[in-house]
Amino acid sequence: MIDTEIKVTPQIAAEHGLSPEEYARTQKILGRDPSFTELGIFSVMWSEHCSYKSSRVHLKRLPTRGTHVVQGPGENAGVVDIGDGMVAVFKIESHNHPSFVEPFQGAATGVGGILRDIFTMGARPIAVMDSLRFGPITTGASAGGATAEDIARNRHILDGVIRGIGFYGNCFGVPTVGGEVVFEPCYANNPLVNALALGICRREELFFAKARGAGNPVIYVGAKTGRDGIHGASLLASAEFSEESQQKRPNVQMGDPFMEKLLLEACLEAMRTGAVVAIQDMGAAGLTSSSSEMASRGGLGIEIDLARVPQRETGMTPYEIMLSESQERMLLVAERGREREVFDVFHKWGLDAVEIGRVTEDGILRVLNHGEVAAAIPAHAIAEEGPRYERPIAAPSVAAQAGAAVIVPLAAAGADLTANFSRLLASPTIASKHWITEQYDSMVQTNTTFGPGAGDAAVLRLKESKRALALATDGNGRWGFLAPRLGAMHAVAEAARNVACSGARPIAATNCLNFGNPEKPEVMWQFSEAIDGISEACRVLETPITGGNVSFYNETLGKAIYPTPVLGVLGLMEDAGCALGAGFHSEGDLILVLDGLAQGGGQKAAASSADISSSEYAKTIHGIVAGLPPAIDLAAEKRLIDCLVALAADRAVRSAHDISDGGLAVSVAESCFGRDGLSAEISIDAAGAEDFAEAALFGERGARAVVSVAPASLARVNEIAAQYKVRAQRIGAVTRGEFRIQYRGAAVIQGSIESFRRVWSESLPKAIEAQ
Amino acid sequence: MKFGVVQFPGSNCDADAFHAVGAIVRQPVEFIWHQSEDLAGCDAVILPGGFAFGDYLRTGAIARFSPVMKAVERFARGGGLVLGICNGFQILLEAGLLPGAMMRNKGLRFLCRQVHIRVEATDTPFTGSATRCQVLEIPIAHMEGNYFCEPATLGELERNNQIIFRYVRSDGADADEGDREANPNGSLGAIAGICNRERNVLGLMPHPERAVEASLGSADGLVVFRSLVAGLAAGAGASARASGVTAAVPA
Repeated sequence: MIDTEIKVTPQIAAEHGLSPEEYARTQKILGRDPSFTELGIFSVMWSEHCSYKSSRVHLKRLPTRGTHVVQGPGENAGVVDIGDGMVAVFKIESHNHPSFVEPFQGAATGVGGILRDIFTMGARPIAVMDSLRFGPITTGASAGGATAEDIARNRHILDGVIRGIGFYGNCFGVPTVGGEVVFEPCYANNPLVNALALGICRREELFFAKARGAGNPVIYVGAKTGRDGIHGASLLASAEFSEESQQKRPNVQMGDPFMEKLLLEACLEAMRTGAVVAIQDMGAAGLTSSSSEMASRGGLGIEIDLARVPQRETGMTPYEIMLSESQERMLLVAERGREREVFDVFHKWGLDAVEIGRVTEDGILRVLNHGEVAAAIPAHAIAEEGPRYERPIAAPSVAAQAGAAVIVPLAAAGADLTANFSRLLASPTIASKHWITEQYDSMVQTNTTFGPGAGDAAVLRLKESKRALALATDGNGRWGFLAPRLGAMHAVAEAARNVACSGARPIAATNCLNFGNPEKPEVMWQFSEAIDGISEACRVLETPITGGNVSFYNETLGKAIYPTPVLGVLGLMEDAGCALGAGFHSEGDLILVLDGLAQGGGQKAAASSADISSSEYAKTIHGIVAGLPPAIDLAAEKRLIDCLVALAADRAVRSAHDISDGGLAVSVAESCFGRDGLSAEISIDAAGAEDFAEAALFGERGARAVVSVAPASLARVNEIAAQYKVRAQRIGAVTRGEFRIQYRGAAVIQGSIESFRRVWSESLPKAIEAQ
Repeated sequence: MKFGVVQFPGSNCDADAFHAVGAIVRQPVEFIWHQSEDLAGCDAVILPGGFAFGDYLRTGAIARFSPVMKAVERFARGGGLVLGICNGFQILLEAGLLPGAMMRNKGLRFLCRQVHIRVEATDTPFTGSATRCQVLEIPIAHMEGNYFCEPATLGELERNNQIIFRYVRSDGADADEGDREANPNGSLGAIAGICNRERNVLGLMPHPERAVEASLGSADGLVVFRSLVAGLAAGAGASARASGVTAAVPA
C-alpha cells in the first residue's frame, strides 16, 4: 500500500458518510484497515445513490418481467423487444441535487449521464424527455407563501435547468421530445430534474457491462479525468441539503456535449468491429463503479494502473482519480490482440483510448499507481455486498395526515366559472410549455411524429419498420403526498393512458423515485407505499419496470419534498400512420368522453365533490391541498387503454387527450389549442344530487379521455367502445365559434377561444421573462 | 448523379440529410469525412447542420479549417453545387464562400419551431422547381441564426438577387420589424437563406431535410432537393465536374 496517504480513522470514515457498522464491515472484508483510497471507494459505492441500500428490499417487489422485456433492472438500462429484430433501450434517472446547486451544469450532465447509459448498451439514443419540478414562479393562492426572493430564485433555477437541457441535447443531436414541468412550493429548495433517454438498436447489437476473459485489456476512452465531481454521488446525492449546500458547487460535474457526441459515434463504431467485449460508462462514482461493476458482473477481477489514466490536471492522487466524476468517459474491455482496432476508431474521432489495465481471475479490483498498490478489494464486495437496510417504517398519525377532510368552497349552481377557468389555464403547471420546449431541438434525427405538446405522448416513427414508439412521463407529487400508494398508482396509470391516447400500446416502464430522507420512518413508509402502488398498477396495466433510479434525501433544512415517483412508459404502435395527436381536427367533429369506469367496477362514474379537494383547481383557486386523490380503478384504466389502442388502430377517432390536471374543461380547451380557429361547444348533464359543476368540469378522476370523431365514424366508435366495455358519452362538437361549456343547461364557461389561448400560452414566458 | 454529405465531428443532421436524399428523393448519396481531401466524385455537396467541432470559439470557425473545406472551396469556385444547412450555412460564412455573419438569436435563446419562408428567387439550382413567392413551412433549430452583414453587402445581395429565402408571416406577407413570430431570430432583412453571386452555393438556416415527409409535419423542404436533382440533370454545376475539380487534386 502507498504509505504517504492519510491514515484512515473511524473519524475520517464518518466524515465519508460511513456509519460505524459500515466501517467495521470494510475492515472485515479486507481483514485490515482500509487505505484512504479504499475508504473513498467504499464510501462512494456504498452511498445511498450507488448501493440502493435503503431501497433494495422494497424494489424487489416491483414486477420486472413481461413478454417484451429483454433486460430488466441491473444493467445500465432496460431493454424491450419492439419487433422486426429491434430493441428499445430506455431509462430515467434523477439529477436533482446538482441541478439545485448549479442548475445549468446539473441539468446538462443529467442528460449526458442518461444518454451514456443508453449508448453504452449499443443503442443509438433517439429521444430524451425531462420530468421537471420547481418551486412557484408566480404569486397567488398556490404559491404557498413564497416571497419575491423565493420566486426570483425559482425562476433562475428553472431558466438554468432549461438552458442546460437544451445545451446538452441540442448539441449532442438527440431530440428532446417532451416531459413535464410542474410547480409546487415543496420543490423550491429541491427541484427535481429527471431525465429519460430512449435508444434503439438491433437485438444482436446489444452490449452488456460484464467483463469476460482474464487477460483481456481494460481500455479507458473519452474525456480526460479531472478533479470535478468528486463525491458527487456520495456527498451530493446521498445527503440532505443544508444552508451550506451552495458550497457543494465543486461537487457538480461539467458537461461537454460535443465530446459526448464524439464518444457516441466512436463507441458505436468500435462496437461494430467486434473487438469490444464489455463496456460501461463512468457515471456516478466514475472509474470506481465502472471497473468494480464490470468485474463483479463477470465474476472476475480488474487491475488498473492510474498512472496511465489520461488526466487533465497534474498531481491528482489515486483517491481523486478513482472518485472523479468527470463526464464523457467510458471503460471497456477489449479482446486481447484486437486492441488496435479499438484504438483506431477512437483516434479517428480524436478521442483518448488508453489501455490502463487488464481483466484478472482473482476477483479483486486492484488499483495501482505507478505500480504501487493503492487499493485491493474484492470487486464483488464493493459492487454487491454493500449494506442493505430494512429501515423502520411508520405511517404518519391520522391527525398529521394531509388526508384530513377539508371542504372546498363550491360555487352555487349555475354560477359563472369562466374567471376560475382562466386562472386555471394560467397556472404554470397547466399553462402551455411551448416557451420551454421550443428551446429544445425536438426534431433532429427526423423521427418525431409528435413532439412536445402535440399529443399526450411523444411519438417517434422507426425508419427501420412501419412501427412507432410512444413515450410519456408522469407523476403527481401532490397526490403522492396525500396518499403515496394511490398517488403512485395514478402516476403509472396516467403515463400509460397518455401513451394509449397517442395510439400506442404501453409495453414497459421505467421509474424515478424521488423521496426525502430514508432514515425517517415516515419517508420510508411513503416509499414502501409507493412501491406497492407502482407494483400493483404495473401488473394490471402490463407495463413491467425495466429500470430506473431512486433519489433519496430530497430534503432541505429537514423539509422533504412531496414523495414523487415519476413513471416513464414506453408504448409500441404497429402502424406509425395511426398515431393520434391531442388537438381537434375539423369543425363539426363530435366530442366524446371515453370512460373506463362506466361499466363494471364498483365505483360510480359520476363526478363527486370528493374528486376536487386534491385537484389542481383546489390548489390554484383556493390554495387547498387536502383530502384524498380520486379513487383509482385499474381495471377501468386497462379497459380504457385497450379501447384507445383499438380506436387508433381502426382510425376511428381523430384526436385523443386524457383528462388529468385541470379536469375535463382544461382537456377540451387544450384540444382546441392544437389548431388555429377551432373551438368547442360542450354540454354536460350530470345525474346525482351531490354533483357540482366544478367537480364535473375540474375533477381529475382517471380512466377518462376526450376524443374527437368525424360524424360518420360515430357508430364505429360506439361499437368499439362497447366491445371494450368503455362508456362513450357525447358531450359536444368542434366549432369555429365561441368556446362554451354548459352544465345542466347553464353556460358556466364561455369566452373567445383566442382569449383563452392567450392566457394559456403567455403565462409561462410572462412569468419567467418578467424577472 | 451523386450527392455527398460532409461529416464534421459534431455534425448531427448528417444522417437526416442523407436520409432525405437517399430514402426520400432516392438519389445516390454518400458521407464525406471532414479529413477527406476530395469530394469522392460527388455532383453536389451538402454541409449539414449540427455543432461542428462543438461550435467552440464561434459557430463554424474551426470547421472551416478542415481539410475537406479546401476541396469544397475548389468545388464551389469551379461551379459545383454546395448546399449549407444551418451549421453548414454558418461554416460557409466562416469559409468566405458566402458573405455576412451570424449573431445570436435576438432573444438569446435556442429556438426550434416551424417557420414560414418565402422563395425570393427561382433562378438557382436550389429553387428551380419552386414558384416565386412560394411559402414553405420548414423548421428552424438554432442559437445563432441572426443573419447580419454590412449595408454595402446587403445592397449587393439585394441588387444581385442573392437573397433566396426570407422569413415571412404564414400568409407570405413580409415580417414587420420586431415581429419575432415571423422572423424569430431577428435576421437583417428577415434573411433566411442566401446564395453566392454565381448562384451555385446556397446557405439557409431552416432545415429542408427535416421537411420531406408530411407525416413529420411538412414536406415543403422537398422542393429544395427536387430542384437540385432537376438542376443537376439540366447541367448545373457541370463545369465543376467536367473540369475534374472533384478528383483528388493536390492543393
